[in-house]
This record gives sequence, structure tokens and C-alpha cells, in this order.
Amino acid sequence: MEKQSGHIHDGGAWAAILAGGIGCASIGILVDLAEASKTFSAKLALSSSVGDLSGKTTYGIACWLAAWAILHLLWRRRDLAAPGRIAAVTVVLLIIAMIAAFPPFFGLFSNG
Amino acid sequence: MSITDREFWTSLHGMIFGAGFLLTFAGGVVGLLTLRAQWMTAEGAKASLRRLMVVTWAMAVLAWTAVLIGTYLIYPWYRAEPPAGASDLSLQEFPRSLLLSRAQTAGWHQFGMEWKEHLAWFAPILATAVAYAVTRQRSSLLNDSSLRRMLLALLAVSFFCAAIAGLLGAFINKAAPLR
Repeated sequence: MEKQSGHIHDGGAWAAILAGGIGCASIGILVDLAEASKTFSAKLALSSSVGDLSGKTTYGIACWLAAWAILHLLWRRRDLAAPGRIAAVTVVLLIIAMIAAFPPFFGLFSNG
Repeated sequence: MSITDREFWTSLHGMIFGAGFLLTFAGGVVGLLTLRAQWMTAEGAKASLRRLMVVTWAMAVLAWTAVLIGTYLIYPWYRAEPPAGASDLSLQEFPRSLLLSRAQTAGWHQFGMEWKEHLAWFAPILATAVAYAVTRQRSSLLNDSSLRRMLLALLAVSFFCAAIAGLLGAFINKAAPLR
């Protein structure tokens, strides 16, 4: 496994953290894209009763899980040399997610 | 005394799963803040970590349950379109249309629901990341202050998203109740 004499490498935990930021930012970006294009918004309506929210969240979750799986495979056997950088990137991604999903911001892209 | 199906699921969504998530947040924060090697015996640390794992996974499960019920069960009732020419009275059954029918309440949908329906999804994603990291690093978390700080920050963001979503949900349900 990832253990060496009882030590568990921290790469797996930081992979989960960064993937969380990627997942939130993905949802935020999909919100803005759906607002900017009615065609794209219609494609995101995987469920007619839920509308484009179903696609924004389903594809956002898919991005999150894919990013998590890839980062986990890359980092699970490593101790990260600069976890502070991963923390900083995650914070930036969360700020992007918060801004992108804020109605006065995505309203700027509104296409009618 | 009676309660409709819609009222039952709305209450379950907000008052049981949503509020449960917000309450367990306190346990997660205290667990992470007090997890210091210099403050604990080995036995105490083991018990604290066990509690922290239970609390963070409970937060993740509660958050996922709340957003899934909210999005796939309650939201379709909220956004259902009324038949053409529906009167003000019959709009009572269509909360989104009811809110949009008046300038004084339109903001509850255009700002409130539009923010809530997206922001709420950040909470379970971040809570799951925290729960997984706590479980995986349980043997080293006690001595890893940078990881603990980051997990606290993610937990706080997750709480912020759920709290805003919960607050807006309560106000929207007050302005246009689901019945």
C-alpha cells in the first residue's frame, strides 16, 4: 500500500483537497457558460424537471471525481514538497467558484 | 394537524439534513482545533480522531442527502411552470412563478434561488474532501498543522455555503411556500 513503516504519505490527502477546489470551480464555470449560451444551457438539461442545474452539477461532479482520481494516482505515494502551493491554488479555485456562482457576476454573461 | 408531501420533504431537506449539517460543523471545528499533540495523551488523541472521522463523514453524508433531495425532489416542484393564464391564486402552487410575478418578490428567485441552487453543491464536495483527508491522514494529522489549517478552512467554506443556502431557502419558503 502507500504505507512505509507506518507512515502514510500526505499526497493522497492533498489530492482530495485540490480536487475539491477543481470540482467547485468546474460547477462555477459551467454556471457562467450556461448563462452565456442558451444552446449550451439546453444541452445541460439532463433532466427536464430540474433543467440545466442537472447538467451543471452532474458534469461538475464528474470533473471533481476525475481530477481526484488522477491526482490521487499521481500523488498517493508521495509526500508533497510544497503543500502550501496546493493550498494556495485550492483557495484561488474556491474564490473563482464563489465569484462564478454569484448571481450579479454570472448575470453579466446573461444572453437574454 | 396535517402536513403535505411537499412540506414533509422540504422540512426534511432543510430542518433535518441541512440543519444537521450546520450543527455537526461545530463538532468538526472543535475536533480540528483541539487536535494538538502537546494537548493530548495517545489514548485521548485516538478517541478525538475517531470522533473527528465520525463527525466529518456525518457532515458529508448529511450535505449530499440535503443537496440531492433539494435538487432532484424539491427543486422540480419549485420551478414547475403554471398553465397559461393562471391566476394569482393558482400561482400559489408554483413558487418560482409566484415570486417572479411581483417586482417586490422577484429578487428572491433571481438572486436568492439562483445563488442557493449552485452554492449549495460546494458544501458536500468540500465536506467529502475533509472527511477523506481526516480518515487517510489520521496517523499524522496530530503533527501536521498545515494540513489541519487547510481542512479547517475547507470546513469553514463548506459551512458558509450551506449556511447561505439554508438561510436563503428559509426566506424563499417564507415568501412562496411549497404546499
